[in-house]
Amino acid sequence: MRITVTVDGVNYSDEVEPRTLLVHHLRDRLGKTGTVVGCDTSNCGACTVHLDGRSVKSCSVLAVQADGRAVTTVEGLADGGELHPVQQAFHENHALQCGFCTPGMIMQAIDLLAEDPDPDEDAVRHGLEGNLCRCTGYQNIVHAVRDAARRLGGTR
Amino acid sequence: MIPAAFDYTAPSTVDEAVRALVAGGEDAKAIAGGQSLLPVLRLRLAAPTLVVDLSRLTELAGVHDDGDSLLIGALTTHHEVQRDPHVREHAALLRLATDTVADPQIRHRGTLGGALAHADPAGDLLAPVLALDAVLRCTGPAGTREVPAAEFFTDYFTTALEPGELLTHVRVPKLTGWGARYEKFSRVAQAWSIVAVAAAVKVVDGVVEQARVALTNMGPTPVRARGVEEALTGEPATAEAIRAAAARAAEGTDPVTDGNADAEYRTHLARVLTERAVTAAVSDA
Ligand SMILES: Cc1cc2nc3c(=O)[nH]c(=O)nc-3n(C[C@H](O)[C@H](O)[C@H](O)COP(=O)(O)OP(=O)(O)OC[C@H]3O[C@@H](n4cnc5c(N)ncnc54)[C@H](O)[C@@H]3O)c2cc1C
Ligand code: FES
Ligand code: FES
Repeated sequence: MRITVTVDGVNYSDEVEPRTLLVHHLRDRLGKTGTVVGCDTSNCGACTVHLDGRSVKSCSVLAVQADGRAVTTVEGLADGGELHPVQQAFHENHALQCGFCTPGMIMQAIDLLAEDPDPDEDAVRHGLEGNLCRCTGYQNIVHAVRDAARRLGGTR
Repeated sequence: MIPAAFDYTAPSTVDEAVRALVAGGEDAKAIAGGQSLLPVLRLRLAAPTLVVDLSRLTELAGVHDDGDSLLIGALTTHHEVQRDPHVREHAALLRLATDTVADPQIRHRGTLGGALAHADPAGDLLAPVLALDAVLRCTGPAGTREVPAAEFFTDYFTTALEPGELLTHVRVPKLTGWGARYEKFSRVAQAWSIVAVAAAVKVVDGVVEQARVALTNMGPTPVRARGVEEALTGEPATAEAIRAAAARAAEGTDPVTDGNADAEYRTHLARVLTERAVTAAVSDA
């Protein structure tokens, strides 16, 4: 089946099998390997991207379901050499160790801040409920998201 | 893992979708948000040869105010239910339960209709729909019919839907001004209910005029706690009255023993969570 998907601002038109998961289309066909796969059960959130502006787990969407729609991955965030404020906050707050969960964490953090520009600690933890990290203990991830909120103009 | 190969169609009307499902027979499967179906396909616990995507059926999206009730399209996402002002005002119990479902990403895709059709006994939206006396509108090859929630859930992962039949709308009678609470017990974040209790009460001058209580995961289907409702109705909304009523929460239930909890512990949870849910619902009223 032929689908056209806009990924990080670029239009791609491809022939795909209906069973192809969006994450595999992004990685294997389009070379967008910034988005990773961490589980088989839709639990870990490592594969989180934005589909028409809302966070989704790209392992739990068929590529054909993204036909005619816009996908943003972690690769589409930086503006030239300049990191997105959430990326910069993760970097400066040491919010990663192995980094495997990071693409998904960042994409979900951006969705969370779009909905709630000034989340308290509890709101950050709930907002990242669908993203698992096996390294950091989450503490610095929470700090990074609240720091990012300040950078983006929140006040708390 | 990657699902087994299947054919795919994305019809744009309910009639076309029903025809596609009928033509595909036993090997056809509808997909709405895909948040229950895709994990199953990835693990190859199922391998349909035809997947019928409902997401273009725009006639089934959104919440409509329909006089005494809300008419909620089956394709309305959990995220839309959480934010809908009509739901907030007239069906608070449904919103509170939806808040506890999975995580934000899954709530952006998963649908009310998909959750009800999937009929997982631990699913959080079944008990609220039962407590609210919702009516489920279904369309299939034989036409359209309305099934009360009490008759819709028939067994583990099994509903009254006939082959080729779609759930199209959920009609929820308005309970405006009632207090509500969905009390969910699970061990970790992003987890299914071990047991949960859906409660809605109408309190007038400190007296419980009407009460609705239903239980999640206390049997193969959601269960209405009629004993609790009876005990509360007409009583003053006091801590003692609520505790006495909650003691009847496990009547008529058939909880399983599994890796999360044994049946006896679930019975205990049903009573404790009922007391908490009704207490919170009363103070919300
Ligand atoms: C990690 C994870 C955690 C979760 N945690 C929870 C939780 O805590 N509580 C909870 O309640 N749920 C939870 N869920 C499930 C979630 O609520 C799903 O969104 C929901 O169960 C299915 O909705 P869907 O639209 O994605 O359905 P789909 O996956 O598309 O479909 C599910 C089933 O219903 C059928 N179907 C779908 N729509 C219709 C229709 N309109 N008519 C007839 N048949 C239809 C499909 O054929 C399929 O068999 C979780 C899921 C995941 C992956
Ligand atoms: S890969 Fe784990 S949720 Fe998608
Ligand atoms: S940094 Fe290793 S999983 Fe999060």
